[in-house]
Amino acid sequence: MASDTELTPTSYIDHHLTYLTAQVGEGSFWVLHVDTLVTSVILGVISLGFIWLVVRKATSGVPSKSQAFVELAVEFIDNEVKNTFHGNRHVFVAPTALTIFVWVLMMNAMDILPIDIMAWILEHAFGLHNWKIVPTTDVNTTFALALSIWFLMLFFNVKVKGWGGWMHELFCTPFGKSPLLWILNLLFNFIEYVSKPLSHSLRLFGNIYAGEIIFLLLGMWAATGVSGTIFGSILGAGWAIFHILIVTLQAFIFMMLTVVYISMAHESH
Amino acid sequence: MNINFTLISQAIAFSVFIWFTVKYVWPPLLRAIEERQKTIADGLAAGERGRHELELASQRSSDVLKEAKQRASEIILQAEKRATEVVEEAKRTAKEEGDRIIAGAKADIEHEMFSAKEALRQHVAQLAVAGAAKILRREVDAKAHADMLASIEEDLK
Repeated sequence: MASDTELTPTSYIDHHLTYLTAQVGEGSFWVLHVDTLVTSVILGVISLGFIWLVVRKATSGVPSKSQAFVELAVEFIDNEVKNTFHGNRHVFVAPTALTIFVWVLMMNAMDILPIDIMAWILEHAFGLHNWKIVPTTDVNTTFALALSIWFLMLFFNVKVKGWGGWMHELFCTPFGKSPLLWILNLLFNFIEYVSKPLSHSLRLFGNIYAGEIIFLLLGMWAATGVSGTIFGSILGAGWAIFHILIVTLQAFIFMMLTVVYISMAHESH
Repeated sequence: MNINFTLISQAIAFSVFIWFTVKYVWPPLLRAIEERQKTIADGLAAGERGRHELELASQRSSDVLKEAKQRASEIILQAEKRATEVVEEAKRTAKEEGDRIIAGAKADIEHEMFSAKEALRQHVAQLAVAGAAKILRREVDAKAHADMLASIEEDLK
């Protein structure tokens, strides 16, 4: 646990929810969560780098075990994309889905690492007092992903349908072409376009953040005594096992929503 | 839950990762997978073709076997027929040969008999002439009765 002078439940949770920040400019916006950025980039480099190293030596003959593993992941994602996206998916959509799935899965999986042991290691080995190791519990990460995808959605809308086609869709769907319905249609589409990135990012954030909080609560229970330690450990193990499912499922959902949003941008109503 | 510059930095990291995957990760692996799929498809097709050919070959071999069996039984039948023919012919030739040998022997015997008879007759005639000559020595002039004697001799032949 953290070497605070006075350890209370509040300080314990506060400690685990405090980012390592760096001020990069004037004002409250120009703050950088160094822990979020560095952890996520390291995870992305490790996971995608591993895939890249495997892919560089990829053979069309009998694959090695690591290549078979990567192919398993790639074919799984390719299949999912194929069922949703009806275009040339290999140009952009499928690789993007792979990136999202692998990266988000890795970031979510950090949640399973025992939080206090990681804090201890980071503090004593690297001298980092506040370091949140789960980038997806930072709403900035999930919003960054969701908004990037949102912009991609807008980009593909314009690219596939043209400005006119997109405007036509904004004004004339889903209720009808009549000029009386234009305002209603636009309002409806506006709500849809606002809700998409919100639900997309907050679903991932909420699930992983809640998981993190439960681990913290179980950790606090362990501080109450022997029975608390025993039950906290058992429940913590159970929650960690269950969390394997949540971590994978949320990464998968995030990827699937991305594919669905981009597919919708490609299809005219 | 404070939105700050981290969002932009994460978005940049995200786009770099996407670019990396699109450019360096996806295409080579896809190529390898597609090539392997093609190889497997070819292999399966070849296997199917091989199976088909095996079927044809076994069909052909059973046909050949059947034909060979038929030929063999025909040959055996012919051989048996030929064998009986040969035996029959051998019997016939043997019988003919035997008949010929018997006929030759009979002819020889007849001839022997005839020459023996001839010799005997000549002998008897001479004996008879000699006997008659002894009896008639005095009364018969050999010269005067030469004709008679010759005719007797002729009769005895």
